Amino acid sequence: MRHGVARFVTGFLALPVALYLFYVVWPFAQAAGYSLTDWGGYSDSQRFVGLDNYVRLFSDELIRKAFWHNVFFLVTVPLFTIALALFLAFLLNVGGREDRAGIRGVFGSGIYKVIFFFPQVLSLVVIAVMWQQIYRTDGQGLINGLLIKIGLVDADNPIAFTADPEPFLGVPAVLWWLLFIAVWSGAGFYMVLFSAAMQSIPKDIYEAAILDGAGRFHTFFKVTLPLLRDSISVAWVYLGFIALDMYALVFVMTPSQGGPNHASEIFASVIQFNAFQKGQFGYACAIAVALAIFTILLAALQLRITRRERIEF
Amino acid sequence: MSTVTHPSGPARSDTAPPARPPAARRDVGNGFGGRIFNGFSHLFLAVWAIMVVYPLLWVVMSALKTDSEVIREPLSLIPDALQWDNFARAWTAGIDSFFLNTLLVLVFSVTLTMLLGSMAAYALARYEFRGNRLIYWMFLSGLTLPIYLAAVPLFKGVYNTGVSLPLLGPNKHLMLILVYVAWSLSFTIFFMHSFFRTLPDSIAEAAQVDGASHTRTFFSVMLPMAKPGLISIGIFNVLGQWNQWYLPTLLMQSVSGEPKNQVIAQGLIELSVNQGYKSDWSGLFAGVTMAMLPVLIVYIVFQRQVQSGLTAGVGK
Repeated sequence: MRHGVARFVTGFLALPVALYLFYVVWPFAQAAGYSLTDWGGYSDSQRFVGLDNYVRLFSDELIRKAFWHNVFFLVTVPLFTIALALFLAFLLNVGGREDRAGIRGVFGSGIYKVIFFFPQVLSLVVIAVMWQQIYRTDGQGLINGLLIKIGLVDADNPIAFTADPEPFLGVPAVLWWLLFIAVWSGAGFYMVLFSAAMQSIPKDIYEAAILDGAGRFHTFFKVTLPLLRDSISVAWVYLGFIALDMYALVFVMTPSQGGPNHASEIFASVIQFNAFQKGQFGYACAIAVALAIFTILLAALQLRITRRERIEF
Repeated sequence: MSTVTHPSGPARSDTAPPARPPAARRDVGNGFGGRIFNGFSHLFLAVWAIMVVYPLLWVVMSALKTDSEVIREPLSLIPDALQWDNFARAWTAGIDSFFLNTLLVLVFSVTLTMLLGSMAAYALARYEFRGNRLIYWMFLSGLTLPIYLAAVPLFKGVYNTGVSLPLLGPNKHLMLILVYVAWSLSFTIFFMHSFFRTLPDSIAEAAQVDGASHTRTFFSVMLPMAKPGLISIGIFNVLGQWNQWYLPTLLMQSVSGEPKNQVIAQGLIELSVNQGYKSDWSGLFAGVTMAMLPVLIVYIVFQRQVQSGLTAGVGK
């Protein structure tokens, strides 16, 4: 049966591997190489500068800003999204009335699930352009318009949203407004994920808990939540990646793509700024390599923290 | 159930009812507290549902207003008269070609991603050969690397290829198709690999005893068996590539002054960032509506498959 295996395997792998090497691996390898040069991007002249670019990274004010903004999103996006998703899943699955069959989901939970999932199928770009209109800084925006109408906001002094660099709790307001969009668009998806995980928990575990006299809150926190551990840690890892990739929102929604006055810079926007506006490709590649190392370390760390013995049921 | 080995999450002792005898349990949730909780659940869920639906509805309805109405009555959901020509205007202002380009690219890129991805995943999952692990890890590493890192060399590579092979240069559909396939392979292989591993050996062996070649076994036996996995990852790839905006913004640039072959996400960004519609707000709303309605409708029709497909993609 081993006959022709080598030929078969080569035939099946040749094209995918070739495409992947050319369009993915080779650019990454080149980027690592460019990061050691002072290449400007447009000329063909480049000089080997060793680790100079990396040394420069550490004293770059913009990078420091971007780093902390990335950390802000890394913490807040998963935290708020998961908390809200869990809360919604909890209401959906145990908010209903109780009968002989145990605690039920709320009436119409199917419809809620369909609706909450909407943002997930919309592209980030559509969401960004849409929210740009919602966040408009004059009376034409959805939120400012509403608030002006009910008198909560002065028409001459509307909310500036993503044009607002003023810090709120030590973080520029523009980042909080972007965070809100990220949570808005992500919560439904993770709610469906958690809901599915909740429903795959066998009924007899619940029955046992109810027999022991546990109410729905008790059951949720002592039984459901621990059993959801796997799903929650997977969600955390994925949201971590999404948090690193807030660039579409920054790109569409903030003034001068990272503004105002660099208040919403993240790694991706700094790379773009250095490469295409300042013409420092070598340096931009060094930032990107640093980001890649940061990402890989983070992924390893997350996998390490979230790895626990599985609960089989 | 002693399988729970670690402490539970934040315990809220204030809400925990005291232990009740089993006989009384039937009215635990139907008492006064249960009814309040039920009401609260509905209230909160409804509020969130409105927060999701209202902005979408607002965009759609604004697309049906006149420009002066958008400015005068920005909040109203009911236009004085339905302005369908906003759609016609936005359509001819570029959305038509965005759609055409996106469709043209996606038909081939998704098909090719699925085909090449499952072929590679199958070979890696079910055959032992030297370098198997190396290739697998090479594909997997693509999941953690940020795309921005590759941006500059990728554009340069595409540009250089275009000099000798014009069809693979910047702003060419074929190039974008191949780039999409290459960048989608990591996750597709990762997902299908674990899927092919779970398929039983006996059927493949039976097929080969009957004289089927390896290739034949794959296409007529294993691939049909992997259908649930293919649907999941297929939905994932369609949505992912439809929503892709960074790669086209980078690669579908006009180098010699010809018009750009923009895809939908890229085109919408340009329209909104560059204020291509300047004072044509209703036109911009119409453009956004046209970009989101097809996906939403497909989702509503196939919601069960889409939901389970996408969540399975994460759960694996």
